[in-house]
This record gives sequence, C-alpha cells and structure tokens, in this order.
Amino acid sequence: MRGLGFGGPLDSGDSILRSGGRPPVRPRFDQSALRSTLVALISTVVFFAFVGFVAVNAPGWSAVQQSFFNGRVWQESVPDVVPAFLTNVQLFCIAEVLILILALAIAVLRSLPGAVLFPVRLITTIYVDFFRAVPGVLIIYILGFGIPGLGIAGVPTDPFFYAVVALTLVYSAYVSEVYRAGIQSVHPSQEAAARSLGLSQFQALRYVVLPQAIRRVIPPLLNDFIGLQKDTVLVSYIGVVEVFRQAQIDEAASFNFTPYVVVALVFLVITIPLARLTDWLVARDRRRFLASAR
Amino acid sequence: MSGLAAARPESSAAARPALEISGLWKSFGQLTVLRGIDLTVAEHEVVCLIGSSGCGKSTLLRCVNLLEPIDAGRILVEGVEITAPGVDVNRMRRRIGIVFQSFNLFPHMSVLRNVTLAPNKAAGKPKAQAEAEATDLLERFGLADKRNEYPDRLSGGQQQRVAIVRALAMAPDLLLLDEITSALDPELVAEVLNVIRELARGGMTMVIATHEMGFARDVANRVCFLDGGVILEQGAPADMFSHPREARTQQFLERIIAAGRL
Ligand SMILES: Nc1ncnc2c1ncn2[C@@H]1O[C@H](COP(=O)(O)OP(=O)(O)OP(=O)(O)O)[C@@H](O)[C@H]1O
Ligand SMILES: [Mg+2]
Repeated sequence: MRGLGFGGPLDSGDSILRSGGRPPVRPRFDQSALRSTLVALISTVVFFAFVGFVAVNAPGWSAVQQSFFNGRVWQESVPDVVPAFLTNVQLFCIAEVLILILALAIAVLRSLPGAVLFPVRLITTIYVDFFRAVPGVLIIYILGFGIPGLGIAGVPTDPFFYAVVALTLVYSAYVSEVYRAGIQSVHPSQEAAARSLGLSQFQALRYVVLPQAIRRVIPPLLNDFIGLQKDTVLVSYIGVVEVFRQAQIDEAASFNFTPYVVVALVFLVITIPLARLTDWLVARDRRRFLASAR
Repeated sequence: MSGLAAARPESSAAARPALEISGLWKSFGQLTVLRGIDLTVAEHEVVCLIGSSGCGKSTLLRCVNLLEPIDAGRILVEGVEITAPGVDVNRMRRRIGIVFQSFNLFPHMSVLRNVTLAPNKAAGKPKAQAEAEATDLLERFGLADKRNEYPDRLSGGQQQRVAIVRALAMAPDLLLLDEITSALDPELVAEVLNVIRELARGGMTMVIATHEMGFARDVANRVCFLDGGVILEQGAPADMFSHPREARTQQFLERIIAAGRL
C-alpha cells in the first residue's frame, strides 16, 4: 500500500495520534494508506452510480438501450465481430514490424552528418513532412484504390496489402521522429568517446548511440502502437473486412448499433493493458532518472 | 614491427618522436582558438599542458585525436601523418587513447563490455581474447571485482579508472588525458592520479591537460603553458614553476597560487 504513494512512512505515526486513545503499537499496515484507498474506492463507486442513475432515468434511455445495448443483437454479433478482429491483429503485427524497421532507417539517415548526404536528409525530411501532413485516411484511399486502379500487370490487388503499406508509410513518419528524438537525446560525448576508441561511425551508432536512444523511446513508441492499433479500423474504407467493417455489416442487417459497442469493448480490452504498461514504463524510467540524478 | 626495430627500441625512439605537431591552427567560426601550435613529444615522455580556462587545452587534445577537424598544420604520430588527406581516421584513432573529464563511459554496458567493445569491434580481436586482456587490465588497476557492474554503480574515481582502462585496452602509442580529475571529489583525486603515476613509470607516452599543478610538477617531464593560442613557454617543471620567464606565465602561476592549487 505504501508503495502506491497513498501515504508516506511518516503518516503511520500521525494516524496513531489521530485515531486517539489507542496504544502506540506499530500498526501491521499503514492505516492512513488503507483509509485513503477506501475513500478513493467509495467515491469512485458513488460517482459512477450517479452517472448511471442519471442515464437510466433519462427520458430517451429505453430507446438508447434498445439500439446500443440490445442483448439479442449482442449475442448475434459477438461471433462475427470478435473473429474479424483477428484481421486487425494481423494487420497491426505486420505493419508494426515494418514500421519499426523503416522508421529506424529514416531516423538514422536523417541524423547522418556531412554535406554529401544532404540529398538523403532532404528526401527523408520531405517524406516525414508529407506523411505527417496528409490525413492517414486519404493515404489509405489513394493507395488502396489508386494503385490497383492503374491496372498494371503484376501489381497486387488485395486491399489488405495496401492497408499494410499505407499504415506503414504513415506511421513510419511519426515513429521516425520518436527515434530521432531518442538519438538526439544521447549526448554527443558518447559518440565522441566511441569514435575516439577507433569505432567507425556506423559502429558508434550501432553499439553506443542506438541502444541508449531506443531504450529511452520505448514508452513513446508504445504510445504510437496504441494509436496504430486503433487506426487499423481505417482500412475498412478500402474494403478490408476487419472488425469495424464487420460491425457495419451487422449493423446494416439488424438496424442496430450494438455491434459497434462490441467493437469498442474489444478495443478497450486490448488497449488498456498496453496503456497501463506504457504508464508503468514511463514511471519506472522517471524513478530511475531521479535515482541516478542524485 | 620489424625484428630490427624490436631489437633496438631505444634508437628508433630517439629517431622518431611519438607525437609531432607543427603549425596547428583551429577555429570555431569567428573564434580562433589555436594559432600555430608546435609541440614534439618524445617516446615515454609525459607532457603537461597548463593554461587558464578556455585557452584551448581540450581543443588541442581533441584535434590530436581527430575529434575536431583542423584548419592548418600537421600532426604526426609515430612518424605517420594522421592529418593527411585520405587517411583512415578509425585506424589512426586506435593508436591514440583519450580520457575525458566527464569519463563518458557507456552507461548501458557493463564495465567489462565498456573495455572490450573497441578491441572486439574496432580491432577485431576475438571476444574471449578481448575479455581475457580486459580482465587482466582491470585487475591491474584494482577493478577486477567491478567487471560486471554498470558504470552508474561505481564511484567517480572508479568510473574514471575504468575510462583509463578502456583507453589502454587498445594498447595506444599515445595517451591523451583531459583534466581527468576535475569532475572528481577531492578524496577521489589521489586514486586516479596514482594510476597516471604508475603509467608514467611504465613508460607510457602521455599528454595531460591539467589544473593540478602539484601533480604536473610531480609527474611531468615537461610542462607547456598554453596562452593566446600558442605554447608561450615550456620547460622542466622545476624551472617552469619556480622561474617562469614570461610575464603571462608568472601571472597565471600567481593566480593559481592565490587559489591554493600549487
Ligand atoms: N565545439 C565548439 N564550438 C565552439 N566553440 C568551442 C567549441 N569547443 C571549444 N570552444 C571554445 O574554444 C575555446 C577553448 O576551449 P577549450 O575547451 O579547448 O578550453 P580549455 O583550455 O580546455 O578550458 P578548460 O580549462 O576550462 O577546460 C573556448 O573559448 C571555448 O568556448
Ligand atoms: Mg578543457
């Protein structure tokens, strides 16, 4: 309890005084920490009970309940929607690996010094600016409909392929900036130390700069993963039957919005643990930073 | 390398200085820091660079290590011109060790890996050999029990000794030390300076930028006073510290004495 920060070690002494008349026995656990946990728990329950109460007693509740929380539609759509989510998972996993590689390559190319490499820096900068400026949906549309539409022989026509390509292109622009921030956060003296020992520029990057840079950007990278997870639904626009497209199909069949609620729940179940992990990593890094700052 | 040279090390040392700098100029934009440095360091010689803060001691050492491009002049190490166009800088740097004021250990690697990285990756030694040699070196400098620690678990003095071992692991011909005790608590300075004394006794050629005048007097064969971008005065430590010829040197030493550092 104490570790969760509800009360410092000094509070336990206080709580003995405040509870009055008790013998000054050292409590087995921190009482004020326990009390604040209870208060937090009760106030949360009260708050959500109140919100629920207001919603359920609103004049339109029964209509809303019918179209969003319909038990029958729920039972019908879960076996459709949940397997369709596997397509999102596939899309996510393939795109994520490609993004991590492409973005790293872009970040490294953008970080290289020297006048000779100016064209490389220019091209990668334009790439990053372009894909961060244009809304992702448009990229998905243009690639998914445009390129197969050219009718060139041998060019894939599978929308899933274009979904992967579009998400990879868009997200690599963002993720490369995350990497680049990490590379820049490693003090130049680290590279100088590596070079002074006779390591080449590539070796200095590979063994000294990147390992430190990547370690520092893991939390923001996970944050972008969460965004990517959710953006996999955007590819429904080019006809990939994934979880959102499947929900649309079910909605059209049942004239009911419940399938969308199922989709929302699936994303909550998948995303919340990742979000918690990210926060935990950030907090851990912060503690380490504070500890090493001395 | 040849058998002949190995058989007569003294004569070759006499013929060829370990380091030869001539007419070295270096500026950062508008600011010209070095204005024609001439400096020759014989093999096994220990040279201390002194001079007020910002006079260019670090810049000079960084130039010798090719960490800074120079504007004019030549630098020769063991007779090889390292500033010649087209030389392999990575290869040249392996012959010149440098230790920085702020240690610059690699925080994500154990002590052993810090020491073996360059012998393994840059010099291409097999990992097992690099580790065996690193372990020997660490033992010699009283760090054997720290080989698996990470740098942030070491004291400042231990970190700086690891940084020295890391440079020595490449078996450099020349060791450059840039104010290696300035970032240390006073009680940790001695352990690092003792390491340098031992290296000097072992015949390591060193160029040392320092504010520790007592140490310079003790360990240096020669002291160079850097001022206005040139080596204004140089000589044996006893002469330099007791009878400086130049007025600027006298002023500098008086300030140092007033600050209680000599
Ligand atoms: N990378 C750089 N860019 C611009 N100016 C620099 C750079 N490095 C050093 N300088 C300048 O060059 C001058 C010499 O710096 P240098 O670090 O060599 O001095 P120093 O003699 O080592 O001083 P100290 O005793 O304080 O370490 C200073 O005026 C410094 O501001
Ligand atoms: Mg300096």
